[in-house]
Amino acid sequence: MGVSVPGEATTAGQPAPPIRSFVGALRSAFAPLAGLLRPLEVDTRMLGMVAALAVIWIAFNIVSGGTFLSARNLWNLSVQSASIGIMATGMVLIIVSRNIDLSVGSMLGFLGYTMAMFQAVWIPQSLGLGLEQPYTWILTLVVGIALGSVIGGLQGFIVAFGGVPSFIVTLGGLLIWRGLIFRYAQGQTIAPLDTTFQMLGGGTVGTRVGALGEWPSWALGAVICVAIIFLMIAARRRKRSYGFPVRPMWAEILVGAVACGVVLGTVWVANSYPLPPNVAEQVAQERHIPVPPGGIPTGVAFPVVIMLIVTLVVTFLGTRRRFGRYVYAIGGNPEAAALAGINVRRTIMLTFALMGSLAAVSAAVQTARLNAAVTSLGVQNELDVISAAVIGGTSFSGGIGTVPGAILGAVVMQSLRSGMVLLLVDSPTQDIVVGIVLVAAVGLDAVVRRRVT
Amino acid sequence: MITPVETPSVPVQRVPLVELRNIHVAFGGVRAVAGVTIDLHAGEVVGVVGGNGAGKTTLMRTLSGARPPDSGQVLVNGQPVMIGNPRDAKALGIETIYQTLALADNLDAPANVFLGRELTGAGSLNDAAMESATRKVIGRLNPNFKNFKTPVLRLSGGQRQAVAIARAIHFNARALIMDEPTAALGPAETSQVHSLIRQLKSEGIGIFLVSHDIHDVFDLSERISVMYHGKLVGTVNKNDVTTDEVLGMIILGKPPTKLTRQELAELHG
Repeated sequence: MGVSVPGEATTAGQPAPPIRSFVGALRSAFAPLAGLLRPLEVDTRMLGMVAALAVIWIAFNIVSGGTFLSARNLWNLSVQSASIGIMATGMVLIIVSRNIDLSVGSMLGFLGYTMAMFQAVWIPQSLGLGLEQPYTWILTLVVGIALGSVIGGLQGFIVAFGGVPSFIVTLGGLLIWRGLIFRYAQGQTIAPLDTTFQMLGGGTVGTRVGALGEWPSWALGAVICVAIIFLMIAARRRKRSYGFPVRPMWAEILVGAVACGVVLGTVWVANSYPLPPNVAEQVAQERHIPVPPGGIPTGVAFPVVIMLIVTLVVTFLGTRRRFGRYVYAIGGNPEAAALAGINVRRTIMLTFALMGSLAAVSAAVQTARLNAAVTSLGVQNELDVISAAVIGGTSFSGGIGTVPGAILGAVVMQSLRSGMVLLLVDSPTQDIVVGIVLVAAVGLDAVVRRRVT
Repeated sequence: MITPVETPSVPVQRVPLVELRNIHVAFGGVRAVAGVTIDLHAGEVVGVVGGNGAGKTTLMRTLSGARPPDSGQVLVNGQPVMIGNPRDAKALGIETIYQTLALADNLDAPANVFLGRELTGAGSLNDAAMESATRKVIGRLNPNFKNFKTPVLRLSGGQRQAVAIARAIHFNARALIMDEPTAALGPAETSQVHSLIRQLKSEGIGIFLVSHDIHDVFDLSERISVMYHGKLVGTVNKNDVTTDEVLGMIILGKPPTKLTRQELAELHG
């Protein structure tokens, strides 16, 4: 039966021969590539995910006759991925530390509702400050994030200090926060929202657009590229100063060029998506210019900018701060972490507080996009968020997972859904496909990892 | 075997570096440690021996902060101290090499060595500085050690041991607890650990050496404390006793003076 490795017995724990031979064939096919990749020092799992995403994108593009990879669809895809991606970054840390948060969808609903009430009822009516104040959006956001970290932290407190398994605590949370929405909203929809707040969702209100526009988008791309190059140079200098080996120069330049290419390519795509004609006309009138022949570029949507910021912050927390180091240590060996003097309980509680605040950010994006808070806000989001983290390489046995991986996972998930919507696949079939992909991705990953170690 | 540095085995006048007085630990109804008193001087190795379940590890865990005692006193340099968690112990210069090694398997060697005591700079972890320091300290233990970037999960038993030891000695420990440091090692690695223990001793570090292996303990320690069913049978000077007498203490739980000839003979039965 295909290729088998000498000395490897087929025990119960080993994958079945066909899968093994398939993986073996894959590995030997990629063996020369591995030699080429080593000097690049890039994460091969991440590369595998990017390859999988490329396959999905190209396949959908062919089947949809070129619609999938249109600027319009990719722009929408980026906005749709943002809300799940934002929460997936926090979910990575939760799962890495051997916990789970099932309550994010309900927390999102609860927080979205509260923020909607805050800006549409409490500030204007209860406090008598009126609608559309310049500070409404930021105050709402701050209050939402603060409340999110409190209720997330409360769940974390019960997990860490109460010793109740996180599965149970957050299962309770899933019911409680959703129940509270119905209790105090009584089925009502809260709308409309503050127009500035609506910008967070990436939509348009009159001539205001929830996106950066052409030149700020390019500027953002340029800033990111400069930052990437600066960080690469700093890292290289640091390694040099300690006498550690560094990447060969060609590899360094290649990695930097690819990273900047991806950033600028993304900006280019976002700028290739023009504003809707009627909006463009009003904007042009306001600026006293004629509408350019290609339309007015939309630029990078605000939800995507928010996701970028969140990704940067959580990646920094996860890899460059003690907090993150402790999260990974706890996931690797909780007892060792405690014996090393780490405050395990506090760290666990903080991961849940962070998750709550990220649920608030996603809630802002989702309500702003809808321009309303509805009772079903965030239903089943916990499943998408957990799937994104897991497809992105986060391991349920703890200690393994990356934030950028989870973002990629969110994009993979959303690509599947968006592609199927484009092909008019019905919703139950979409669920079936996503379910199969989830299990297959984790299964394949497990098999590959067993072969490596 | 003769140790390279011959120091008087028990400095009589000096205050002990570490003293555990009348320590009690119970797990539910089980009295794991019942009224044990032992001490340790600077530059001395004290072997802590006993059968399975004698309470050696539990006693040591009270000193390392992993399980604070239910009652009893811990003194460092004659001063009573509170060791409520591992951080307290480390702050007092008491480091532990656990039998399980207590490594975070998914992290690399520098991350494990500095776990809980990371070097930071400019608001973030300074991985390069930690790696550099780790290379130095592990190089002292095992010059062939090369895998500083791989998760310790992928390292051999000896290399993992080196990481655990490096973590204990890098931070200028005054007292070291080594719980079965050679149980999982081959002969070459065992002798490396032995010479390390002698070196650390000569640097003035006090070491509690917990071991099943009576020969290891005789090789390395000045004094031997024997535990039996949670109690201290006695602490003896190595030079005053034979291995058989210590075996008798371990197996029968009686001090050498109370052991009969017949009992000693039966040990070899």
